[in-house]
Amino acid sequence: MRRKQGLLISLSLLLLMWLSPAMAEFTIEITQGMDNPTRIAISPITQSGKALSEDVSNIVSADLERSGLFSSIPRQNMLSFPATLKDVYLRDWRILGAEYLVVGDVVDRGGRYQITFSLQEVTGGRNVFTKVVDGTPGQIRDMAHHISDQVYEAITGIPGAFSTRVAYVTAYPLNGRMNFRLMVSDADGFRERMLLESKQPIMSPAWSPDARELVYVSFETGRPAIFRQQLASGTREQLTNFRGLNGAPSWSPDGRKLALVLSKDGNPEIYTYDLITRQFTRVTSHFAIDTEPNWTPDGKSLIFTSDRGGTPQIYKLAIASGQVERLTFAGSYNARPRLAPDGRTLVMVHRDNGNFHIATQDLVTGDLRVLTQTYLDESPTVAPNGAMLLYATKQGDKGVLAAVSLDAGVKFLLPARFGDVREPAWSPK
Amino acid sequence: MKTQLLKYGAMVTFVAALLSGCSTTGGDEETTATSMPSQSVSTGSVSTGDVSGSTLGTDSAVPRVFYFEFDKAVLNAEARAALRLHGEWLRAHSGVNIRLEGHADERGTREYNMALGERRANSVRDFLVQEGVNGAVIEVISYGEESPAAMGSNDASWALNRRVEMK
Repeated sequence: MRRKQGLLISLSLLLLMWLSPAMAEFTIEITQGMDNPTRIAISPITQSGKALSEDVSNIVSADLERSGLFSSIPRQNMLSFPATLKDVYLRDWRILGAEYLVVGDVVDRGGRYQITFSLQEVTGGRNVFTKVVDGTPGQIRDMAHHISDQVYEAITGIPGAFSTRVAYVTAYPLNGRMNFRLMVSDADGFRERMLLESKQPIMSPAWSPDARELVYVSFETGRPAIFRQQLASGTREQLTNFRGLNGAPSWSPDGRKLALVLSKDGNPEIYTYDLITRQFTRVTSHFAIDTEPNWTPDGKSLIFTSDRGGTPQIYKLAIASGQVERLTFAGSYNARPRLAPDGRTLVMVHRDNGNFHIATQDLVTGDLRVLTQTYLDESPTVAPNGAMLLYATKQGDKGVLAAVSLDAGVKFLLPARFGDVREPAWSPK
Repeated sequence: MKTQLLKYGAMVTFVAALLSGCSTTGGDEETTATSMPSQSVSTGSVSTGDVSGSTLGTDSAVPRVFYFEFDKAVLNAEARAALRLHGEWLRAHSGVNIRLEGHADERGTREYNMALGERRANSVRDFLVQEGVNGAVIEVISYGEESPAAMGSNDASWALNRRVEMK
């Protein structure tokens, strides 16, 4: 591809981007990135110069930038727009300081798009990979996120989590009363879908391990009750209807059970619920508050919050033996535990000098680390690759989502346009 | 019936005055607070049918919202005084069902706050039962931090949100 043509195409592409602004609930504000992000260029990925309905390269650039580990070369600075490796002039990219280059080409094969994409190391001139992905015209964003995953993994050695989704709850006043919505979007905030709308609170969404269903708490019956809902069909089923609390559902890693909280016997206790036999089994027995259970990756234990020691702290229960072990000791408020996929990094809400922040605790060394400095932080949810977590925080009086890498090196906010956004749940795949 | 209620109201005012003593701020807080819930009530849906028959609903001047300290479920003196009067009335009107809605402020985690809201509502229920009210007429429900009476992330709003509402 010649350079003059490149410039022309670049102008027309820019115009296209301008004319078709992508609508997303979230705009991402990176508040802290790595000091030396990897510089990467994503050459426009088109169908022989013809733009697709979604700009694949922009989606990939945005994905990689959101990880905080990459900065992408702006399209307007590019000197050429190669689509395949044979069109690449390495000095065009070296001059821009790019360390890596992604090129790709789209072919229409009987109504399906096939994208051949390559990752090129610019400095060494090495072709890292050439791969193919295909899908329907409605799956362009899925294909783009797949490309991001492949590039991210080849460069960082960590699987990407760009093809995942996030469930969350929104709340905003409508005609003098609150309106609650259970939403699901792609991890980049696009393709937002509403799963449930209610005048009564919706809480605690949690994914099934196959990422096809959600469980959550809805007050639509006038009392909190746990519901299960399929994403594809929208089919939903009420699972609990006990007096008192029906809350904090968490799906077991094998998909067969839920852990949840009921207070039908007088105070909040943790139960497991077998989704096949429909049997409830009480697994805690204490007059204090026991809540917020979450399964360990091996499915043999639950971590949970209890104030049995006087303040809310995190405990671990071995389900088979019933043995309980206290995990947190630092500070007077540690709650809503989650485990990173490594099974070793405990993620929780921690009160630090009166402020609620997201913290990690290494369960082997005991090291506690406060990751966030925002305000009223809660509901941490770890990406399936363990690189980042999303959480809910307050900006002014407004609930927003934010993200931080587990090493605290990367931070960004995802402010919504209106209303409160809360309780993010990152899909397991 | 009407005279009885008026008498009840007058007695309450008298007792409340005795209790609050020179603490005028306490009195102000109560007024603000008792008017706030009516806004948030509209979001709660359910047993309005049950409650509508209750004279607690409209006529009584006894506080029906009780406030708590952070992460605590201990009833303060004002709440206990009001609940004694409610208890007396409920004993005399055994057909009336009530609903206790427990709430928490937004600090801390949502499901823990659900448990805390329930613990607060249970404190109120246990007190009424001690006062001789039949526990079967009392329904307890927690909203945690999901249904605040006052918006705003500050001490004043939080104080209004750590509450149990009697309906």
